[in-house]
Amino acid sequence: MSTDAAVAEHHDGHPDPVRTRKVAMWVFLGSECLFFGTLISTFLLFRTRTGDGPTAVEIFDIPFTSASSFILLMSSLTMVLAHHSAERSDWRRSRIWLVATALLGTVFLAGQVFEFTEFVHNGLTITTSPFGTAFFVLTSFHGLHVAIGVIMLLGTAGISYAGRIRPNEGMNVEAVGLYWHFVDIVWIVIFTVVYLMQV
Amino acid sequence: MSATTHEARGLWAWVTTTDHKKIGILYGGSAIVFFIVGGVEALIIRLQLAVPEGAVVSADAYNQLFTMHATTMVFLVLMPAAAAFTNYFLPLLIGARDVAFPRLNALSYWIFFFGGLFLTMSFFLGGAPDGGWTGYAPLAQQVTETVRMDYWSLGLQILGVASVMASINFITTVFVMRAPGMTLMQMPVFAWMAFVVAFLLLFSLPIVAVGLFQVYLDRNLGTLFFDAFGGGDPILWQHLFWLFGHPEVYVLILPAMGIVSEVLPTFSRKPLFGRAFVIFSGIAIGFMGFGVWAHHMFTAGLGPVAEATFAITTMFIAVPTGVKIFNWLGTIWGGSIRFATPMLFSLGFIAMFVIGGLSGVTHSIVPADTQQHDTYYVVAHFHYVLFGGAVLGLFAGLYYWWPKITGRLLDERIGKWNFWMMFVGFNMTFGPMHFLGLNGMPRRTYTYPRGLGFEFWNLIATVGAFLIALSVAIFLWNAIRTRTKGEIAGADPWDGRTLEWATSSPTPVYNFAEIPHIETEDAWWHAKYTEDDEGHAVARPIQPDPDLAPTTDIHLPSPSYYPALAAFGMFLIILGLVYLPLGLVLSGAGVGVTLWGLFGWSLEPLTKESPDAGHPSPEETTEESDGSEESGDEGAEDGEGDEGDAQTDGEAGNEAGDDGDEQTDEDAEDAEDDKGDEGDKQTDEGAESAGDEDEDEDDGGES
Repeated sequence: MSTDAAVAEHHDGHPDPVRTRKVAMWVFLGSECLFFGTLISTFLLFRTRTGDGPTAVEIFDIPFTSASSFILLMSSLTMVLAHHSAERSDWRRSRIWLVATALLGTVFLAGQVFEFTEFVHNGLTITTSPFGTAFFVLTSFHGLHVAIGVIMLLGTAGISYAGRIRPNEGMNVEAVGLYWHFVDIVWIVIFTVVYLMQV
Repeated sequence: MSATTHEARGLWAWVTTTDHKKIGILYGGSAIVFFIVGGVEALIIRLQLAVPEGAVVSADAYNQLFTMHATTMVFLVLMPAAAAFTNYFLPLLIGARDVAFPRLNALSYWIFFFGGLFLTMSFFLGGAPDGGWTGYAPLAQQVTETVRMDYWSLGLQILGVASVMASINFITTVFVMRAPGMTLMQMPVFAWMAFVVAFLLLFSLPIVAVGLFQVYLDRNLGTLFFDAFGGGDPILWQHLFWLFGHPEVYVLILPAMGIVSEVLPTFSRKPLFGRAFVIFSGIAIGFMGFGVWAHHMFTAGLGPVAEATFAITTMFIAVPTGVKIFNWLGTIWGGSIRFATPMLFSLGFIAMFVIGGLSGVTHSIVPADTQQHDTYYVVAHFHYVLFGGAVLGLFAGLYYWWPKITGRLLDERIGKWNFWMMFVGFNMTFGPMHFLGLNGMPRRTYTYPRGLGFEFWNLIATVGAFLIALSVAIFLWNAIRTRTKGEIAGADPWDGRTLEWATSSPTPVYNFAEIPHIETEDAWWHAKYTEDDEGHAVARPIQPDPDLAPTTDIHLPSPSYYPALAAFGMFLIILGLVYLPLGLVLSGAGVGVTLWGLFGWSLEPLTKESPDAGHPSPEETTEESDGSEESGDEGAEDGEGDEGDAQTDGEAGNEAGDDGDEQTDEDAEDAEDDKGDEGDKQTDEGAESAGDEDEDEDDGGES
């Protein structure tokens, strides 16, 4: 393979796709910061407006959420390992780590579903109070991002299995990884601001 | 040798194009169509207000008209018109062959197209949005008997998605696609302003996206974001809207400023005065634009500290704007000026924008603003900025770049009629609104009683509006007439300074026969001219030739129908979301179509050639795309199926994938295509639970 980055750059006036996608992903994540920033701001505005419904102290189960947060953070480690393997073109191992990351993400999502169910049983729904509204909408949007990440991970693994990732395109794993780490970091903020600081 | 293209012909070529120039023309054509739609809405408004107690339309229709007039002009005219110039000229100005992600670019356009269609067709489906373009709570949130504001919130949402994608694309283009040697500061000013606008959109749209989701949820799921009775906060909406809305103002005006900064030097035959100052002022406006939003809310009761703060920031943001005005004047000063039509529009821009800018600064004085709030004075102000500023600037760009796009010049004599008619009509329409507003006429009023002193100026404004309409008709006539009879432009009709004039007209599909190497700003000018001892421009003895033919085989991005397909899927999703709960079926189908488009896209090679395996024959490429289509088809059918099932299917497929060690890691070969397609099916199904947030996915996806 002679298509190293130097040759690929400005090939026919088309730049190196590896670098291009990485830049685009960073730019996109910049936009996402504002998206979650707005949701978190809305939550902070409404955090004490619990009306007749349960308050944060009454409803949150910190040990449980800590456990699921830990699982999500560990998925960042497996993501790093997937990228590390991809960089060395060890695709088989990379796929294993990708699927492992996706599984950890799925476990986190399952935890969120369980948590939501518990909250609803305990009387906090999306229409109970502004607190409930802001909490559910914020965490649901985060969960949606995790779900999309899981699909991207499985998709990347599947495409890799089908032999569609070229040896010099380890970047596809890196782009998914950037997104995945971002979603994790957002969760750290949400866990701190929404859960820990409210109890 | 010529450029390699796989161009289809006719309408299909436009649907599948990934060429930034064609997409630019699509944006421009759409903007002109919507300009006429929004203009007709404005004319009906002016007819209704021409005389007291007007009865041309009902109050209900009037609400729809003023809401849609503003929504159309902002989101479907000014933004796409700027996107048209950015699409067409950003790559040319920085010496590139295309934008960074040609298919993402097509997706942005088609989402915009369907978003515009979605908003406009609401007129025929029970009424258009009628809560004002600002959608203030509680009016827009709590009137849920009609779905009009659902159309509004979902339509703006999808238009925002298109703009964010376009912004990511443009920013990446500027970062990685500049011609060799071109530093950021050597980028032409229009490219710079487009760059700043992309950042403004990137950071402001997610804010209003959250707000629009909240509006939608409040209206349809009973959440309490803006419901004061339930403990929510209607003022929150105002903050979220204006945190987007004020940067949006600069999104609308900066492209026009960029155009003027290109036109003035060309027609003054002088470099832009204080070029770095103009660029940095644009950046400063971009930053400060995020710090002034609450001056739209001085009557909301924010308290004296907030009001004083935003009054001061509002005064400050006039400084970089003023810097630009003086730089433009400095550019003209002592130049050898040609009063061609683009120059007239640019000078008109400066004059009108100064008036609009000054009336804008008056709003920073809180007591005065409280008096002017929601009166026609505000209407006068923002029309001076957005029509006298943005529209005149965009017309300058239209006359300036028309020959580059079409190969023929617009007629200068008709163009001057166009300009003067528009200029006079504009001032007749919006100048009197200052007086009306100061005399207390409220904006958005359906009618006004006799004897309040509003009659005379309203009549003048209506006459002026029809003059503007006439001037637009003159422009259209000019455009149609010169298609066949126009003077052939040649590569460089204005003796231009920037790289787009280094290509023949109309621009060839490959843009540059050879990618230029850049050492200075105004590179094309310096290729043509040198300086004598006194600093006067002297033509170089050997002039560069823009009509070069390419010497190598240039591979261009292939056409693709997947972007349009994915955009159509998103259209179905939002259409379904209007009519809950039954519409969810339609939304589900939309998710399927969108995923079909995105997965077909991500598995389709960009240039239909593999870098190391030579060029496949056309038959091979057709087969390949057919294969993806089939697999996508199944995914679409499954779209209505059980989500849980699909999820496990996807995982099972990938576990199987891990067991398959015999798989070599070599490039995809045609022999493996069948297998690959099976893998695609699995991922398609696994992706079923994506819900409706597909835009996140493809932003991170393939080019």
